[in-house]
Amino acid sequence: MGNQMTNRRRTGTTRPGKVTIWLLMLAVMIGSSTASAELLIRITEGADSAIPVAVVPFAETGEMPAGDQISSIVRDDLTMSGEFRPLAPEKMLSLPSKGEEVYFRDWRLLGQRYVLVGQLTRMGDKIEARYELFDVNREERLLGATASSSVNNTRSLAHHISDKVYEAITGVPGAFSTKLAYVTLQRSGGESMYRLQVSDVDGKRARVRLESDEPILSPAWSPDGEKLAYVSFETGKPAIYIHELSSGNRTRVADFPGLNSAPAFSPDGRSLLLTLSKDGNAEIYKMDIQSRSLKRLTNHWSIDTEPAWDHTGEGFFFTSDRSGGPQIYHKSSEEAEPRRITFGSRYNARPRPDNDGKYVYYVHQRDKAFHIARTNLQTEEETILTRTESDESPSVSPNGRMLIYATKQDGNSVLTVIAVDGGAAYSLPASEGDVREPAWSPIVR
Amino acid sequence: MKVTAHHKLFAMVLSLGLIAGCSSTGETTEDGAYGSDVSAVDQEGGSTVYGGDDDGGVSSSEMTEEARREAEERAERAEQEAMRDITTFYFDFDTAEIKPEAREVLVAHARYLQANPGQNVRIEGHADERGTKEYNLALGERRANAIERFLIVNGASRAQTETISYGEEKPAVMGSSESAWAQNRRVELVFQ
Repeated sequence: MGNQMTNRRRTGTTRPGKVTIWLLMLAVMIGSSTASAELLIRITEGADSAIPVAVVPFAETGEMPAGDQISSIVRDDLTMSGEFRPLAPEKMLSLPSKGEEVYFRDWRLLGQRYVLVGQLTRMGDKIEARYELFDVNREERLLGATASSSVNNTRSLAHHISDKVYEAITGVPGAFSTKLAYVTLQRSGGESMYRLQVSDVDGKRARVRLESDEPILSPAWSPDGEKLAYVSFETGKPAIYIHELSSGNRTRVADFPGLNSAPAFSPDGRSLLLTLSKDGNAEIYKMDIQSRSLKRLTNHWSIDTEPAWDHTGEGFFFTSDRSGGPQIYHKSSEEAEPRRITFGSRYNARPRPDNDGKYVYYVHQRDKAFHIARTNLQTEEETILTRTESDESPSVSPNGRMLIYATKQDGNSVLTVIAVDGGAAYSLPASEGDVREPAWSPIVR
Repeated sequence: MKVTAHHKLFAMVLSLGLIAGCSSTGETTEDGAYGSDVSAVDQEGGSTVYGGDDDGGVSSSEMTEEARREAEERAERAEQEAMRDITTFYFDFDTAEIKPEAREVLVAHARYLQANPGQNVRIEGHADERGTKEYNLALGERRANAIERFLIVNGASRAQTETISYGEEKPAVMGSSESAWAQNRRVELVFQ
């Protein structure tokens, strides 16, 4: 292999063939196994300002599938958001399942601001949910809707209801139906096993998508939520792959000499930002996915990496150490001069902007600790968001309200989710080993 | 760096030993014998090199100039070879600056590569776990590139070298201590 690589460099291959990989290296397995993949969930903190809401257990007609009740998944979702404090069902004075049965006085007595009631009906291999949300103080119905799913997809039905409830109350779309991509790593006796996985945002229904004993890094979602781009060292060298989740088909799109790193889909899904060092050192390029043509977007002797498109899709954020240490920069267009964003400490890296251009989130070193911080792009005010000390890989939820990142707990890497405006947190440790590099999927309608 | 100091001392002991050994027998040692001498010294603290010298020390004035020069050359070669046992080079946090004590060893590697054009080396760059994974990949590459450039400037050919960065993915030592971090910020030469 050594000779091959040397030859490849000497002959200066500049563009990889358009190869769809059907057969994989021995060390790699594309999977859809559910074995031992689930993350645990641990709510560590609730916000004082959380809104009290009563999610009444839904009435059931016909045979229901085994597993968690839909109303209890909705309750968990709302709790995880950090913005709600659901009432425990055993404290409820009555268990209404439709509007006519709701006595607002009861719920006011219990200090509830909102109440959600519903009915589930088995219809063949489907479950239909009719649900209504009420504002207790105004005695007003905010939402009345019907939704259904197949019998074995009731978690999706529950997350859908959570999204609608969240949006009806906050005015912001819920992100409970979105997915997380992340990488787990188990090390034992000098052997490593990397697994790229995708799960629900509560860590449930995790599925392994790729398994390798060489590093898998930097998963990034396509805007339609159907594909992941990532870096895999499965051939012994880093290369960037695009992986279609429904079929499992993969395409190796970047396999240049040196670094092939940090892919990020453009908002239109047609191109990738990526870091390559084929021309000498780490620079940011844009690749047209269809034609594979490359355009170089940075040109500096320093490290330029970790690109992320801004909300306009015209400009992008990136990390550069051109000032001496890593700092966040922004280019408002592909041709614009980079503007430095962070000044607060000597190490600021891996920017992830939100979807409306208000904040950029990143890893920030303060003294010896690494936290997640954000900068308000209008006021340039910087806020440190985390109190843990080995934080990395921030990823913002598509509705901008939550942030997931990786941190250390008892020597293992775990995922932690926080509400960006403070307060709530929950963590998602792996049942074994490390879980890292979370990427929050877009909202797919 | 401890390792370097140890090797320097050992090389010095070795060269003394070889001179003593030669002058006592009046014969040159086969080239191939250096390898075993080196490992013997390495394992047993240098004492074996002096062993078997029944006549006691012989004054260096009895050596011819050529013999002395040959001995010195051999000693230097042995020293270079011994230095080449070191294949890992360490870095400070967020830097790719080659430490002064690594230079002599890297020169030895470069000369060896120059003398053996068929020999290839894979230069593997690593970072500690602190900071971000993608920046660390670039940092590991910058370290590997620094070592590669040094080897090429000192005689290796570009065709003999290839670099790869693993970032923070392949730590030499597990753990989150200063000492683990220091051992993980490194470049390893893998001769192929």
